[in-house]
Amino acid sequence: MAFEYAPAPESRAVVDIAPSYGLFIDGEFTEAADGKVFKTVSPSTEEVLSEVAQAGEADVDRAVRAARKAFATWSALPGSERAKYLFRIARIIQERSRELAVLETLDNGKPIKETRDADLPLVAAHFFYYAGWADKLDHAGFGRRTTNGHSGANPRPLGVAGQVIPWNFPLLMLAWKIAPALATGNTVVLKPAETTPLSALFFADVCRQAGLPKGVVNILPGYGDAGAALVAHPDVNKVAFTGSTAVGKEIARTVAGTSKKLTLELGGKGANIVFDDAPIDQAVEGIVTGIFFNQGQVCCAGSRLLVQESVHDELLDALKRRLGTLRLGDPLDKNTDIGAINSAEQLARITALADRGEAEGAERWSPACELPTSGYWFAPTLFTNVTQAHTIARDEIFGPVLSVLTFRTPDEAVAKANNTQYGLSAGIWTEKGSRILAVAGKLRAGVIWSNTFNKFDPTSPFGGYKESGFGREGGRHGLEAYLDV
Amino acid sequence: MSEKSEKTEPRLSVFKTYKLYVGGKFPRSESGRVYEVTDSKGNWLANAPQSSRKDARDAVVAARKAFGGWSGATAYNRGQILYRVAEMLEGRKAQFVREVADAEGLSKSRAAEQVDATIDRWVWYAGWTDKIAQVTGGANPVAGPFFNLSSPEPTGVVAVLAPQESSFLGLVSVVAPVIATGNTAVVVASEKAPLPALSLGEVLATSDVPGGVVNVLSGRTAEIAAPLAAHQDVNAIDLAGADEALAKELEIAAADNLKRVLRPQPVDDWTATPGTERMTAFLETKTVWHPTGSLGASGSSY
Repeated sequence: MAFEYAPAPESRAVVDIAPSYGLFIDGEFTEAADGKVFKTVSPSTEEVLSEVAQAGEADVDRAVRAARKAFATWSALPGSERAKYLFRIARIIQERSRELAVLETLDNGKPIKETRDADLPLVAAHFFYYAGWADKLDHAGFGRRTTNGHSGANPRPLGVAGQVIPWNFPLLMLAWKIAPALATGNTVVLKPAETTPLSALFFADVCRQAGLPKGVVNILPGYGDAGAALVAHPDVNKVAFTGSTAVGKEIARTVAGTSKKLTLELGGKGANIVFDDAPIDQAVEGIVTGIFFNQGQVCCAGSRLLVQESVHDELLDALKRRLGTLRLGDPLDKNTDIGAINSAEQLARITALADRGEAEGAERWSPACELPTSGYWFAPTLFTNVTQAHTIARDEIFGPVLSVLTFRTPDEAVAKANNTQYGLSAGIWTEKGSRILAVAGKLRAGVIWSNTFNKFDPTSPFGGYKESGFGREGGRHGLEAYLDV
Repeated sequence: MSEKSEKTEPRLSVFKTYKLYVGGKFPRSESGRVYEVTDSKGNWLANAPQSSRKDARDAVVAARKAFGGWSGATAYNRGQILYRVAEMLEGRKAQFVREVADAEGLSKSRAAEQVDATIDRWVWYAGWTDKIAQVTGGANPVAGPFFNLSSPEPTGVVAVLAPQESSFLGLVSVVAPVIATGNTAVVVASEKAPLPALSLGEVLATSDVPGGVVNVLSGRTAEIAAPLAAHQDVNAIDLAGADEALAKELEIAAADNLKRVLRPQPVDDWTATPGTERMTAFLETKTVWHPTGSLGASGSSY
């Protein structure tokens, strides 16, 4: 029996989206050199939100020049001054967080509950955290101070950072890229994803309000070709990319043989392991958070549920009951749990992979769930009777689709969890502390959540093993990617 | 009479057959090939095995097999074993001085300096095994009721192209940091001066270093490196011994499974005390979260 809720939409009035936006280069909004534009739509309604200039190779070159010019003065600023700019940015984001949350929900399709309570607070926190590092880099442990009193080389910024970010957490991924880059004295050219350019363009306005020197941050909305041009630009010193493993490999090939420093945060196929002594209700909440947070469009999603055979039926019953209570619909509604899929293209990919799961013999289940008639939607879905050979147990789906596998012993759980090209995240659910530590030690993944899932914090390093990429974002570790060390 | 005349004849020395070191054993190249190794004046020193693609693959299998045990050993234990390597080298110093002198065209005293520095380098890294985690890891003060800890872990099997010029000090300076943290290594020795590397295998074999932790191949660097860079079960590659063109080619091949790549670093002086970079280049950071719960407060966060 489900409760009916009255609609409780967050007001759109708090955000004012202009009919068109330019590229943000050298402190100015400007048209693309070839005059190209593209439309960005709201995935929940397919309504056109704005028309945005589309960066091409010439624009990339202009932006990199602007960033190079700005680098000389920005990197020469005392760290304490750079810190204050970043603190300003953090505070302005806090002030404008409701506006940015609504904007993000409109452009991305994710529920307001998430943008308001997760994305935006984390964005502000990330800037606040790295602001404090800007004048403390000599203490970050990267330089060497010799025992005879001579100082070793203190860490230096790299120069111009080319950054390409995905559409699943547009503003948060921007923060993960820009905050450490600026704190360490680099300047940036950032390309947001083509389906979610707006929050990055609003961030340009935040930079204006903060009085950030022109050219320090340049924003180039565009498609993959602009990203490729940015990564390949000879005057870029640092490349940071978050996105698919296939594109990550292409970028690694592009920067081969150059002196560009590279960090990659790529795909995942996280295992969420539930042992028979786990608190079932809490595990169910963790499983739901793990795979249905942001419609499962999360690189560190717990997309493989590994459940100990003896509690399989009990857990699945509880999980299905819980999925029946998830509310899918208007992302701006404060009661919405599941929002829209980000694009028609992504919806097609999820649909194709789910169909493949069925075709390969796994058993498909979704709660009764009415999908809106316009926009891109996919019902929460789980597959049982999944084996390790199934495509849905191997490929990243990047959608609200959970593959359920079983195991008998901890060794088997570890072997199955590690049986993937990826190594980004994993979850462990058990009441036994020694088992958590033993299993966490054996999992080949960069982030292990035990008795919790999908927790993020600016102080906590995040990144993958194996083909989930390399380098870490967040924490002291996150500085290394932007320093010549 | 005849006894006396025999005594005046110089004794014919026993040559050593230089062999590969793979999985704790000393095989010849499966290809049956050898190549001529000469000293800096062009005099014949030995026939070294010319490793093939298959030898490279076998070495990767051996390194993978050894990874669980070596990475699972305590840091203290790894430190003791690396220190043991230094002890064994000390006893074999004369041999390495001769080999390094021949290989690099150095005087005996200059070669001895190189060997001394090499032994000291093992000692330096032996001391790092149980310290690097505290330098690169630690607790993270997250804004929530969670215990949050980041720890370094070895990345796995690392292919190491040893420097071409510094046949022993350079070699050890790139191998020791890789294994100190728990990785296992497939080492491609200096192409023209492989003998110190092949002899090092004999030292490792008698130093309690488990078989497969270090595997040493000699031969043509480009020929052996290509299959290693493309190998799907190699996690990382150190390109120290590759020239610019080869390094680029190998880095492109390494992208297929996103190997961690350490590009060739300019090294003016191998005797200078290294930093930690050669260790951190082959470390992953694992971050583990757990709720802390709350005692004494109403309700629980877990």
